[in-house]
Amino acid sequence: MIHLERRPQPSRLWTATTPLIAVVLTMIVGGTMFAALGTDPFEAIRTIFWDPLFNTQFAGFTRPQLLVKAGPLILIAIGLSIGFRAGIWNIGAEGQYIMGAICGAAAGLALYPSESPLIFPLMILAGGLGGWAWAAIPAVLKTRFGTNEILVSLMLVYVAENVLASVSSGLLRNPEGMGFPGSRNFKEWDAAHNAEIVAGTGMHWGVVFAFIAVIAAYVLLTRHIQGFNIRLTGEAPRAARFSGVNPARIIFLCLGISGALAGLAGLFEVTGPAGQISIDFNSGYGFTAIIVAFLGRLNPIGILLAGLLMALTYIGGELAQLMLGLPGASIQLFQGMLLFFLLATDVFTNYRVRFGRSEVA
Amino acid sequence: MKRRTLLASAALAATLGTAAFAQDPTKACFVYVGPIGDGGWTYQHHQGALAVKEEFGDAVEIAWQESVPEGADAERVMTQMALSGCDIIFTTSFGYMDATNAVAAKFPDIKFEHATGYKREHPNVSSYNARFYEGRAVVGHIAGSMTKTNKIGYLASFPIPEVVMGINAYYLHAQKVNPDVELVVTWVYTWFDPAKEADAARAMIDQGVDVITAHTDSTAPLAEAAKEGGAVIGFGQASDMAPFATNDDGTPGPRVTSIIDEWSPYYVKRVKAVIDGTWEQIDSWSGMPEGEVVMGEMTDVIPENVRQEAQGMIDAITGGTYHPFTGPINKADGSAWLADGEVASDGDLLSMDFYIEGIDAEIPN
Repeated sequence: MIHLERRPQPSRLWTATTPLIAVVLTMIVGGTMFAALGTDPFEAIRTIFWDPLFNTQFAGFTRPQLLVKAGPLILIAIGLSIGFRAGIWNIGAEGQYIMGAICGAAAGLALYPSESPLIFPLMILAGGLGGWAWAAIPAVLKTRFGTNEILVSLMLVYVAENVLASVSSGLLRNPEGMGFPGSRNFKEWDAAHNAEIVAGTGMHWGVVFAFIAVIAAYVLLTRHIQGFNIRLTGEAPRAARFSGVNPARIIFLCLGISGALAGLAGLFEVTGPAGQISIDFNSGYGFTAIIVAFLGRLNPIGILLAGLLMALTYIGGELAQLMLGLPGASIQLFQGMLLFFLLATDVFTNYRVRFGRSEVA
Repeated sequence: MKRRTLLASAALAATLGTAAFAQDPTKACFVYVGPIGDGGWTYQHHQGALAVKEEFGDAVEIAWQESVPEGADAERVMTQMALSGCDIIFTTSFGYMDATNAVAAKFPDIKFEHATGYKREHPNVSSYNARFYEGRAVVGHIAGSMTKTNKIGYLASFPIPEVVMGINAYYLHAQKVNPDVELVVTWVYTWFDPAKEADAARAMIDQGVDVITAHTDSTAPLAEAAKEGGAVIGFGQASDMAPFATNDDGTPGPRVTSIIDEWSPYYVKRVKAVIDGTWEQIDSWSGMPEGEVVMGEMTDVIPENVRQEAQGMIDAITGGTYHPFTGPINKADGSAWLADGEVASDGDLLSMDFYIEGIDAEIPN
């Protein structure tokens, strides 16, 4: 008989190696799937993991794009991880991302066509506030009425999507857009454009903020008393209460941080890579960031790496579709396998496999 | 086994060798907003892509990418296509408009074709669209003739001129044959979301609607209508959706005809222009006369006389003798739009932001 036995301490060896094992297992099973689809598995894996970084034809463009794609994922995931550490499950980052983009864009567009250098900082502020305010709704409802923040934050995503549809075809619609939905394009308005800081590097302000967030979260969680309170609330809620941690404050802090960071990600995306508020502006970063947060084991450095890995599979997946004619769904399956194997192998961090009869304790 | 692999790789090497010596094939690339298997909008564009391959054979290579989100991802996908050697890139959704123009600026030697938009900021960008309202007029006539509850439904995606135009054409021709007809419009704010589309169709059926036309990409509204055992009919949208013409048990299904987007002639024409070196920027808006809007086969569920009337309308539009928006038509607020015999201008249609008289609803904004 095989059975699992809980380790007294999580295994450090397994913590370090499970991501690698998961990647290798994904390559094996994913490669089998690609072979079944009639594509050379080695070529497919190479296209996904190698070409975006080193292919002479594409890498010059795709390498910077890794940062563009990973930036919002990391920024949002960092915020989420802080809440997840405290056992506060904000599933609605997608909605906060949308509201941040809308509020930030609206603050800027209200002043169009001013070229004041203060516009972009103002938009950043409004974006962060927008995301924060949207996340404050589940926080208020949870602390006042004891509602479940998972449901409330998730439901607010759909509300935000409808607000997005409404403002893109109404309030924020480009007056010169012939009645079509979508706001003005920020790329054509220098004062509000989140351009690359150094051309050709993919490094825009959102990526800079993502790196700052990684460092700040690291300091918060390891060096700051609030970080300790957050971890304590997650790991031992009763102990936290006895030691005087105010649960409502932790809830507001965690949802507030994650909402603000998601809002910032939305603002940087709408003023930079996306360029405009449009009906389909959100492309799932808020949900993918949940995967990134767990892939990175809720650890800031881990999230940084996980964000880059996720971005790699996206961009590599696109190349595989384009160059090898693989169907889009197979790429999504491949990404899904990665998460599945990571969570599956994660078991070995906390448990060890025992062969033979289980002993009665 | 081994020898076979050896032979295969030898054959591969041989073809690669000849390809290198022969003239480089022209590469046509397609960006799709949904999955090819949506059975509607994207499926139909892919049929057009396959028609290009079929027409030119080895002279053309095609590549595509499905389910590309509008926004930043689209721009990256197009850039990757440009870098991979595409000579012409078709971007097949309205939301790709700014991305198409931005990428076109960086690759002046590559031709870009954007579907359903209006921005052509660079000489290497064309736009193309089809006059879907011609098909809406025909199904409107069928809906007005066949409804028993006098309530017909329109499952609308987004309040843009394209959709408003479709709603007006549909209602106008339904109300011409049946002055008592009432129109129910339901907005779903998506192009492709089978669950949402099904819910909206269900909500309309519950309100007593017995004819549904959809302005979204999936087959879900027809699947929902099929549950009503013949009491509710609908139309194939974008694609023929012929499987819904007959139920699994052999009884007639809800799809009585369809509005088919036939992109093949345009795609073949444009790729040929690239091969010949005669490609120029254009703004194309074709319909039934050019074969870009095609009606699917009308089933026997439609009464014989209605079928004949509908066919007469198709023939008139195809022959250029009838324009679906011919006056007198008033706007919903009662003001005059088109005088008797006056035909709507393309500019009026492309910026349409009002309902015509008789539609008792507001366009959301």
